[in-house]
Amino acid sequence: MTIYAKLGYTLLGLLIVLNWGFLMGATFRKIGARVAGRYGIPFYQPWLNLLKNISTRTTITHGVMYYIGPVFRLTGGIGLFLFMPMVFTGTVDGPWTNFSFEGDLILILYFQVFGMLGMALGAGQGGHPYSAMGIARGLAQHAAVELPLTLAFISIAIQFDTFSVYKIVAAQQGGIENWVLFTNPFAAATIILAMLGAMGHSPFNLVKAPNEILIGPATEFEGTYLGFMQSAGSILHVMEAVLFMNLVFGGASNWIELIVKTFLIYFWSVFVGMVFPRFKIEQSVTWFFKVPLLLGFLAIIIYSF
Amino acid sequence: MSEKDMNDKVNEMLQRSEANVKKAEKSFIHPEDEEREVVAPDGSIIKVNPIYDYFSGEKPKEEKPCSGIIEKFLNWARAESIWVLGFGTGCGSIEIPPLVTPRFDMFRFGVQMRPTPRQSNAFIISGYLSVKTLKRVIRTYEQMPSPKYILALGSCTINGGMYYDSYSTINRLDKYIPVDVYIAGCMPRPEALLAGFTKLKELIKEGKGEKANEYARNFDEYKANQKKIIKDWNMPDYNW
Repeated sequence: MTIYAKLGYTLLGLLIVLNWGFLMGATFRKIGARVAGRYGIPFYQPWLNLLKNISTRTTITHGVMYYIGPVFRLTGGIGLFLFMPMVFTGTVDGPWTNFSFEGDLILILYFQVFGMLGMALGAGQGGHPYSAMGIARGLAQHAAVELPLTLAFISIAIQFDTFSVYKIVAAQQGGIENWVLFTNPFAAATIILAMLGAMGHSPFNLVKAPNEILIGPATEFEGTYLGFMQSAGSILHVMEAVLFMNLVFGGASNWIELIVKTFLIYFWSVFVGMVFPRFKIEQSVTWFFKVPLLLGFLAIIIYSF
Repeated sequence: MSEKDMNDKVNEMLQRSEANVKKAEKSFIHPEDEEREVVAPDGSIIKVNPIYDYFSGEKPKEEKPCSGIIEKFLNWARAESIWVLGFGTGCGSIEIPPLVTPRFDMFRFGVQMRPTPRQSNAFIISGYLSVKTLKRVIRTYEQMPSPKYILALGSCTINGGMYYDSYSTINRLDKYIPVDVYIAGCMPRPEALLAGFTKLKELIKEGKGEKANEYARNFDEYKANQKKIIKDWNMPDYNW
């Protein structure tokens, strides 16, 4: 496959991922509305919001980092996408594997933090004292989520003896019994629990609560910057679902399978959010350091011997 | 004390209080907001003018709409995605919370609440507006990104309503900020608010939601009106 064909497929994949992210966001809002007994937003609302945001005529800026923050976040999302095999086609040189290579799992771990850092840098430049508070809480929770996630990732890497996401997907082919969900249940349980925090829905949605406490870093952004943030958020949500799908649920062999699986993974966090009210930050950090972290340690210990 | 001494004393006190009043009229800026020099930790002297350091004092400019079909398309998006600032200015704000409940559900019309003026494009002036709140309303309105729309709720914003002769409330809102849609009533029910949103959407789609430009065009007139009624004007003429 030539590099140009690969680039074309990657760009097309990014477009699909962006739109699927918007649709997932809208469905999330719609389900929330139905649970509350409302009709809810139209499914095309996120696209309209994006258009509206990028068509504002006046925008203010708080300096260089304020520009770079959203770009940073978008880079995190796109970087996560670039090195993630989306659809398993039997060869790593295939059409939808993007630029997956040996060791991309480590790179993906870095890119996961990018989004939150982008927000932190951008909102920090805003100078609002409360945004620093919001970021501190967000990063505290993010660290608490990342620790068990990383342990589970390492456990899976030890299990298959590779840091390539593509090879991990390839090793899970041939039936549901080969999925990490069944071959490495402790790592799978860790990921399924830590995923709730990574997705950022209730009960772990402190940092994204601008309406209630007015300190989410996102309150600093407006217009085009907010549009960027929203697009990046959508891409990140899909990519995290794809990552967990690749690591635990056997990957996908076509786009339909990918959409169904990411939908179910994403809505696991949505439905939990519908049922449970928000945790305080200290409660959520303690929770992540209890159950998922212990499971992560178990997963590591079992596969180290 | 003789009568003369007494008179002198009273006169002196009167003069002093007059001087105080004049002084107060002259500088109504809070001490912490006054222009001053500050010594930095390394010994250098920095001039600070908090009001202009925090906000841009630049005048608003008219922003030309795009041409033809592009503007129509953008206006459609703007009309279908109205983000309302969560700022209740008067008693009418009690009519806004029911809009998010299952019974009225404004989300199906693309109307959502936002916590910050930076992200909102619609502002509901809900009911009577005291002079004190007017000041906050102006600051907030000017911080919203253009194009922005104002919905005036209740008869108080039209002619003062039942507070028409109050010393502390304004009577006509559109003297101070440009209003897109009036929703009459005391109080208008949530259905009336939804009808107001529908009307606002029609106006935006027709390309008539250009009141932010009108504000920029008649800026001096609006400012003169605002300053006539707000006595303690301790903010820049235009806040971003």
